[in-house]
Amino acid sequence: MLQQYLRRFWVRLVVHIDGPLLLITGALMLAGLATIYSATYDANNRALSQLLNMFVGVCVMWCVAQLPPQKLMRYAVPLYVLGVILLVLVFFFGIKINGARRWLPLGFTRVQPSEILKIAMPLMLAWYFHKYEAALKFRHFAVAGLLLIVPFGLIAKQPDLGTAILVGAAGFYVIFFAGLPWKVIVGMIAAGAGAAPFVWTMLHDYQRKRILTLIDPTTDPLGSGYHIIQSTIAIGSGGTTGKGWLGGTQTHLEFIPERHTDFIFAVFSEEHGLLGNSILVALYTLLIVRGMMIAANASTLFARVLAGSITLSFFTYAFVNMGMVSGILPVVGVPLPFMSYGGTALVTLFLALGILMSIQTHRMLVKQ
Amino acid sequence: MRRSALNTRDRELDRFRFRLAVAAVAVVLSFSTLIGRFVYLQIFQHEYFTTRAEDNRISLVPIVPNRGVIVDRSGTVLARNYSAFTLEITPSKVPDLDATIDALGQLIEVLPKDRKRFRKLLEESKTFESLPIRTRLSDQEVAKFAANRFRFPGVEVRARLFRQYPLGEVASHALGYIGRINKRDLEVIDDNGQLANYKGTDHIGKTGLEQKYEFQLHGEAGYEQVEIDAGGRAVRSLARTAPVTGNNLTLTLDVKLQQITEKAFGDRRGALVAIEPSTGGILALVSTPTYDPNLFVDGIRTDDWDLLNNSPDKPLVNRALNGAYPPGSTFKPLMALAALELGKRTASQTISDPGFFNFGGHHFRDDKKGGHGTVDMYKSIVHSCDTYYYMLANDMGIDNIARFMGSLGLGSRTGIDIEGESEGVLPSQEWKKRRFKRPEQQKWYAGETISIGIGQGYNAYTPIQLAQAMATIANDGVMYRPHLVRYITDSKTGAKTYIEPQPLRTLPWKPQNIEIIKKAMIGVNKEGTGARAFAGAAYESAGKTGTAQVFSLKGADYKAGKLKQELRDHALFIAFAPADKPKIALVVLVENGGFGAQSAAPIARMVFDYYLLGKLPKGPAQEDEAAEEEEGE
Repeated sequence: MLQQYLRRFWVRLVVHIDGPLLLITGALMLAGLATIYSATYDANNRALSQLLNMFVGVCVMWCVAQLPPQKLMRYAVPLYVLGVILLVLVFFFGIKINGARRWLPLGFTRVQPSEILKIAMPLMLAWYFHKYEAALKFRHFAVAGLLLIVPFGLIAKQPDLGTAILVGAAGFYVIFFAGLPWKVIVGMIAAGAGAAPFVWTMLHDYQRKRILTLIDPTTDPLGSGYHIIQSTIAIGSGGTTGKGWLGGTQTHLEFIPERHTDFIFAVFSEEHGLLGNSILVALYTLLIVRGMMIAANASTLFARVLAGSITLSFFTYAFVNMGMVSGILPVVGVPLPFMSYGGTALVTLFLALGILMSIQTHRMLVKQ
Repeated sequence: MRRSALNTRDRELDRFRFRLAVAAVAVVLSFSTLIGRFVYLQIFQHEYFTTRAEDNRISLVPIVPNRGVIVDRSGTVLARNYSAFTLEITPSKVPDLDATIDALGQLIEVLPKDRKRFRKLLEESKTFESLPIRTRLSDQEVAKFAANRFRFPGVEVRARLFRQYPLGEVASHALGYIGRINKRDLEVIDDNGQLANYKGTDHIGKTGLEQKYEFQLHGEAGYEQVEIDAGGRAVRSLARTAPVTGNNLTLTLDVKLQQITEKAFGDRRGALVAIEPSTGGILALVSTPTYDPNLFVDGIRTDDWDLLNNSPDKPLVNRALNGAYPPGSTFKPLMALAALELGKRTASQTISDPGFFNFGGHHFRDDKKGGHGTVDMYKSIVHSCDTYYYMLANDMGIDNIARFMGSLGLGSRTGIDIEGESEGVLPSQEWKKRRFKRPEQQKWYAGETISIGIGQGYNAYTPIQLAQAMATIANDGVMYRPHLVRYITDSKTGAKTYIEPQPLRTLPWKPQNIEIIKKAMIGVNKEGTGARAFAGAAYESAGKTGTAQVFSLKGADYKAGKLKQELRDHALFIAFAPADKPKIALVVLVENGGFGAQSAAPIARMVFDYYLLGKLPKGPAQEDEAAEEEEGE
């Protein structure tokens, strides 16, 4: 009796959980915890509090995974509208911290509405394309573009280029998977390349200088170049197998800034070397492969493009973060998914993961 | 209908999967790029970045060497180091300096003068340097701060070596002092290729021997390899190379003699240079008033500086090297020697002195009304007859005088081992051409030669030049470069490097000529203008008094008592003793001291009495008011 009860409970617990996804993210989180411990244990240990963040994240994931995609679709428009309204409010009433207006005060706490858009944006666009699935015309893509550009602009204006790129990318992936004509894609790339020189001449001197520093960090070794110089030193000195867990001198002598958040990859790379990096990239690849499988097998257009967009967003997070820490991409504030310390970002990631699981598990139920 | 819908659906799915495949390719390409980057950084550039990481991690911290000690000829310490705790602030690490200093002040006494000094240092330094707010902390103060240290980021207690001049004001013009390194000092360090050696050093010799022998005294910096974190804090020590202490200086200076001499001057302004004629070693180098070099070591306080710098007595000026004075009658023995050597006079040749010398209708007055009567060379020196030398100068001509005096070192730097010596003025036709711009000024007039003969006119020499000339005569024409350092002791090997005991040059004077001059100078101290000062001396000495006019009297009688003190003449005295085998030669100058016999000669007597007999004076040398009557200059 009890056994049966327990069994039913177990089934209820895991029925909407995707095993491979949980396994892969579990491995990433373990690596993340170990690295956060290494980066912070000699000062202000954050590993325990990250564990708590993960617990909250997993709960959120579980809850979201229980919701069928059809139900999720219902949240698309309200969530998007709420997000945009909040962004507008931020634009007028936001609190300025470190020169950027990103937060909205709510009396007892403050929220960062751009975080909502990371989920709301693909959700909204997927819902939109799903709605007009039968007869997608060019104008639908134009409207989608408009839905994308408004929040993107508001976030970029804060300024928070990192989040703006992530939100923009998530939205673009939906449009892409929905079938944006290749002609338009090629045209956009050509227009972008053609406009670059004009944009360059319109920039202020200090803006140009900032871009040049991104290209060659050694021109500003003590300013914005410092992060990149120190993180490449950390990665390079890690060598093939790394200096061992807790053995990174760049990390423990505090040369790496933001070492438990955005630059956690430098810590990991210094201590585990090329071998560790390869395993990490392999884990992300597995995550993406699993996400693409889910997308490919999804039963509705909404589910497909949403799953595809979320999967590619994971890729974007990982690639942009590792790319900037290793010095091939400019520094923008993007955390390494499932590794970097930080509650909000982690909860958002688990929410996305929950959506993927929901799409995967409810597809099977639909078939049944 | 249903079929076509299905078709559309299938086509849509195909297109989606194709796009998914495109995305997968993009993912693979991107991740491959990343892996490529990792391979580049971690395999190909691994060694380079390992070095960079080590460079980051390991810092060479210079260890400042102990500065060499300076002792006098008998080993009395004149400059040494002591270790003391200082409370130091690194301004760049402190957000609010004033608040921090206020808070410190509640813990440890910080006087307004400490704040003032700190402000001054702050203006002169870079903000990442650690600057002292308090020096010489007591043990109790150190403990108090240590307990509260966490409250003061950017504030530290450090053990530092300080320079100390234990005798204070004594010989300060010779020793000089050290001070914090400024921009100009850095250039000097750079020019000498010593930048690396001075990395941790923040003091440098500013004047005197401390400056001249800086690179001997400094020593070689040691290094400690320490592991540092990104904030620059040392985490642990990895290796250490000990510093090498600077070399010690042993001076020719006799500090006891120096002290006695300084005391002999009392509160009068002036200079004295005493030289050992057989070596050129300086026994005493006095410039009064003097100052306490200890004031400069931690950065001088503004009020102290103002006091020293604005004093009308100019204590910071080294009169012995930088004061240029007309030699007055002390010039006469040199003129006489020149006359003998050039064959312009013999010792026995006499002149008749009516009390003036007429040149082109102008009367050059002798100080003795009615003149000295019949005067030979001996008498001209002993009684300081002006007319004899007016005539002599006229007979010799300016260029002969200039050539002879130039060979004695007058008008050029002696090369003493202290920086910043003045040249003085050795007048000649050529000098006048250089000195003046307008053609009518550039011409030398024969009338100008006359007063040159008695050491007036354009003549202006530093006391050190006159002392060198005196020593050369005492040493029968063998000339040495005056020097203060006898030898340098290498701190590693203990080897002593002696400073130049070789003569600079030997002047080709006939011995009998030198003898005539010496005899006359002995006469000065026996029966002439120096006789009162040297009455009853247990040794035979030779000397010559002199008075340098501060301004021209234009024919009026000179009455010292009626003139303001700063307009009184400078008193001079040159001398050596014992007369037969000179051990000491000197020049005394008392600014506005009146006649040489009156204030300068008594100081020389004191110096000789101590140096030759070990006799200690009871107080400052007294002015000999009676000497005024006898003086005939």
